Amino acid sequence: MSVTSGVSANDKAEQQAQAPAPERKRGSSLHRGEGRRGIFLVAPTIILLAVVIGYPVVKAIVMSFQKDPGLDKATGMFVSGGSAGFSNYTHWLLQRCGTASCPPGTLGSEFWDSVTTTFFFTAATVVIEVILGMWMALVMNRAFRGRGVLRASVLVPWAIPTAITAKLWYFIFAYDGIANHILHTHILWTGGAWASRFAIIIADVWKTTPFIALLILAGLQVIPAETYEAARVDGANSWQRFTKVTLPLVRPALMVAILFRTLDALRIYDLPAILTGGGGGTGHATTTLSILVVDQIRSGFNSAAALSTLTFLLIFLVAFIFVKFLGAHVVQTQQRQQKGTI
Amino acid sequence: MASTTAVGSRGGRASAPERRVARRRPQFRFSAARSYLGIAIIVIFCLAPFYWMVVTAFRNVGYTFDTTPWPTHVTLDNFRTAFSTSLGNHFGRALLNSAIIGVCTTLLAVAAGCFAAYAIARLDFRGKYLVLGVVLGASMFPGVALLTPLFQLFTNIHWIGGYQALIIPDISFALPLTVYTLTAFFAEMPWELEEAAVVDGCTPGQAFRKVLLPLAAPGLFTTAILAFISSWNEYLLASELSNDKTQPVTVAVAQFTGSQPHQDPYTAVMAAGTIVTIPLVIMVLLLQRRIVAGLTAGGVKG
Repeated sequence: MSVTSGVSANDKAEQQAQAPAPERKRGSSLHRGEGRRGIFLVAPTIILLAVVIGYPVVKAIVMSFQKDPGLDKATGMFVSGGSAGFSNYTHWLLQRCGTASCPPGTLGSEFWDSVTTTFFFTAATVVIEVILGMWMALVMNRAFRGRGVLRASVLVPWAIPTAITAKLWYFIFAYDGIANHILHTHILWTGGAWASRFAIIIADVWKTTPFIALLILAGLQVIPAETYEAARVDGANSWQRFTKVTLPLVRPALMVAILFRTLDALRIYDLPAILTGGGGGTGHATTTLSILVVDQIRSGFNSAAALSTLTFLLIFLVAFIFVKFLGAHVVQTQQRQQKGTI
Repeated sequence: MASTTAVGSRGGRASAPERRVARRRPQFRFSAARSYLGIAIIVIFCLAPFYWMVVTAFRNVGYTFDTTPWPTHVTLDNFRTAFSTSLGNHFGRALLNSAIIGVCTTLLAVAAGCFAAYAIARLDFRGKYLVLGVVLGASMFPGVALLTPLFQLFTNIHWIGGYQALIIPDISFALPLTVYTLTAFFAEMPWELEEAAVVDGCTPGQAFRKVLLPLAAPGLFTTAILAFISSWNEYLLASELSNDKTQPVTVAVAQFTGSQPHQDPYTAVMAAGTIVTIPLVIMVLLLQRRIVAGLTAGGVKG
């Protein structure tokens, strides 16, 4: 943007801003040149983000359309690169290796399995964590004594690094470990396909539910007590108060919590990578998309770039669906929460 | 926290809370008992695994799978094993690496982020919501999408084994988190003080430095802690972009090797995990109110 057009646009913006908010006029000396100052102040952040995120994303997209060095399947000749068209994408999406479909056991054949695994983990953990987190938040909201202890203990699982959490549960789920001892079972938690999936879900629920509970609690705390009082006077029982008062009023905060949590769950890596060594069961029962990308990096950057771009697009799509159709208004919710109008 | 005071202050129309207590007295003991039961379940749920890690960390390696719920066979040997380098582990150096990476990431993120957060919270400028959207989008960005291009780039320019190869990717999540949390903190601070300072003859820059910054110090500190924790806990990018010399604690603990192959050094790993976690837990206990405020204001990822 050129300087002159920037200034005139700012003047316009300032006039518009002042029209609905006349009280701002008091500080007009402060607001002069606000536009230019604002852009100047956000510039370092935008430049840093462009370098650390923008550049790698663009580079990954460019890479994803190039061939990995290696033997060409069709001609048997060594190729050192060149344009690949969409072949890196069809490799994953249609499981094509060269002209044939990928043989079982190769990374290419695992794409849809790991998409399924990733979505399974996401659905299972988010549903369990939101229900448990809702209950925790209700308990915390009602607790007048012991709030400090509650808050402190709830923050402990959140503060422990996920890598350490994974090692901790790896020990708990060891064959001779405490989990089998308490349950009186002899389950190979990190070996069997479903056992290892459950182990990951349990560890993730422990680690993340308290965080969800805190986000929901923040939403609960801005519901005025009078609302409950009125519902009670009108004869609503506690279940009705929950479904007719609490849920609708906490919904914006809840949607944001679910959105954040879903996007976070879709990129799950640390827990399955460490707790079950990236495999579990027959070798890829817990292979999520992120794990597949890391595996693929070893055998070809450009194909890995296509896979990570697909992962990114998938997460972007889910976020879009959330915001568009399920009404997760992140920015508005944050602002209203700050003003205490939810 | 908030709701008790809210009820108190709104109860200016005095009798409402009293009436409720009076009418609900017969139910009171039952609901209180249920509430305490709920609190106990939550506290045990959150602390039991952590407690088990600490107990195991202090337990003699010969009794690794002892299931006595309280400390038995107490020893400090596991901590010695964790720090010993004879088995090819570099836990001590990894602790230092994590501290260096965390501090550099935090300083960079807070330095850039506080200006952006101030602008978003206080100023009207074109593209403000675009910036906020970019920051939000960045905070939800999957780290794995950065990994491939950065791994190739850092390999080509021989940066693997340098701290910059770990600090730069950490900025990608620490900076959005910083901007987001600080914006929420700044938005809550009183406008009037800044304007009063300008009326008294400060330039906007001076008003920011001399009036707002001291007021914002608690928020800045909390945000810095959150950014530091997020960097300290990072594993995915660090596991690929570090080598033996620069690996942070998360990677060191995940790859911990024991004296015999195929035998997991559980007690030493639990000791290492305890050392990594204890500073965070102490920080969290001291600053719990602020951290909860920062977390829920920013709605950051876990």
